[in-house]
Amino acid sequence: MELIVQGIIKAFELIISFDPEVLGITWLSLKISGTATLISLFIGVSIGTAVALNNFFGKRFVISLINTGMGLPPVVVGLFVTIFIWRNGPFGFLEILYTPIAIIIAQAIIATPIVMGISLASIQNLSPNLRLQILSLGANRLQMVWVLIKEARLPLLAAVMAGFGGVISEVGASIMVGGNIKGYSRVLTTATVMETGKGNFDIAIALGIILLLLSFIINYLLTQIQQRQHPR
Amino acid sequence: MNQETLMKIENINLSRGGVTVLDIPELHVQRGRILALIGPNGAGKSTLLFMLAGLLKPEQGKIYFHGMPIESRAHLIQLRRNVSVVFQEPLLLNGNVFENVALGLKFRKINKAEIKDRVQNALAYFGISHLEKRSVRALSGGEAKRVSLARAFAIKPQIIMLDEAFNSLDPPLRETIIDDLKNTLNETKITAVLALHDREETLRLAQDVSVMNSGKIVQSGTTAQIFNQPDSEFVASFVGTETILEGTVRNCTAGNMIVDVNGREIEAIGDCSIGQKVFCCLRPENITISSKAQEKISARNVLEAKVSKIIRQGFFNKLILDCGFPLIAYITITSCEDLGITHGSIVHASFKATSVHVINREK
Repeated sequence: MELIVQGIIKAFELIISFDPEVLGITWLSLKISGTATLISLFIGVSIGTAVALNNFFGKRFVISLINTGMGLPPVVVGLFVTIFIWRNGPFGFLEILYTPIAIIIAQAIIATPIVMGISLASIQNLSPNLRLQILSLGANRLQMVWVLIKEARLPLLAAVMAGFGGVISEVGASIMVGGNIKGYSRVLTTATVMETGKGNFDIAIALGIILLLLSFIINYLLTQIQQRQHPR
Repeated sequence: MNQETLMKIENINLSRGGVTVLDIPELHVQRGRILALIGPNGAGKSTLLFMLAGLLKPEQGKIYFHGMPIESRAHLIQLRRNVSVVFQEPLLLNGNVFENVALGLKFRKINKAEIKDRVQNALAYFGISHLEKRSVRALSGGEAKRVSLARAFAIKPQIIMLDEAFNSLDPPLRETIIDDLKNTLNETKITAVLALHDREETLRLAQDVSVMNSGKIVQSGTTAQIFNQPDSEFVASFVGTETILEGTVRNCTAGNMIVDVNGREIEAIGDCSIGQKVFCCLRPENITISSKAQEKISARNVLEAKVSKIIRQGFFNKLILDCGFPLIAYITITSCEDLGITHGSIVHASFKATSVHVINREK
């Protein structure tokens, strides 16, 4: 019990004193997961919208695939990304294994189906007549899609945050492709795993609290958005 | 009247899941006129409207706009840019009223100053200038409907199409919005196609009517023609059995108005401006027939009429009278025998001023 209490006290000391190592890890985590989310935003929203707005053979199958992808196990992603960028792998020449770029790639792969699935659902949720209304006001296809995306911007924002929440707390892929190199590719989750292993519970708890705090902020904003009312 | 066909459809066919939803050999939309598509739910009014607006492709057949067939995607866009549709729901987008009304103009890349001008104009038509900066979330149902109408008119379309646009509104609100729409259509001279299912709305707004049933047009004509000479059981039951008379208000004092119908005068009650064109609706059960004109009678309208047709309808007879205009009356078979009414008899038809239902038409 004392261990926990002391750990928490030490953890707060580390946070309040802006410990450079803790701060560095947090900042790197935000940069990596933020970049990965941004990439998933472009790919996820555009493909999600395209699938939502077009009717084609096998559409339901594609949607099932995307929905399955929303629950992609990070270790599996880590495994495949590792294989691909392994020294002898197809993209080995890039020499990006155990770099932050590798983590960004893996996290983007994890976040993209999440963003895609939610944007698909939110575009499909708009009234079908809304599309016709926008077209009848003289919009071309591009203008129509842009207006629809703007109209669904709140659920799309939710998609982005869900994607970000998914990758910031992910550990399996980051440790596999990033290698947890101190000051280079060490992020909040991988550092927590390592410090716990070493028995440095104070640092591990401090990192855990920061992670929880980030998670809380994301979910708080998400709830705020979801509780807003729809216009008529 | 000088009529010009703005839109024409030919041999249109559309089916869904093996069921024919539209089968229309021909339909004309005349420039500057207001055409109502009426019929029960599921008759295909909305589908036809969407097709005319270029939002739905027919499987077979052609749509002509200004005499040119719509064949390519470019034609379709061209058609859409000249047609504006108002849906049943207001379908407003997040933002304020100005942004919503300006949307169609922004799609056309019109400069800011002109957008501002045209939006304010459109808002004024529907009496919502004061709502310009308001968020659409804070609008009432009626206000939202006005915004969607203003949005459709702001782009100055050649044709405006309304799909059951008044359905979700309460009666008093509906009245004022219909009045505003009527005035706007009068002033702008924009051609309109309206999908409606209310007979009174049809009488108030439409100049031409096409009655639809299960994907087909069963009768087309002017409003008075459709209501007075339905050519099938279906149309008759849909438009009702009332006599609808076109007339002009001659005089109106203290709630008593004199309406000129084909040179005969009809007294009715209500408040109207002189010169207003109206429809006078008379229910056949409210007409009293007498062999001679009564000396003193409370009914304000007593007209000499010739019986031009007697049709037996179960327990009563339907008389078609000619009193300078056609008039339908129901009387029992006993009354018919007692008065000795036969084909060609001269009788007096009387009805109270209060039983005349007056509907204002476009000026």
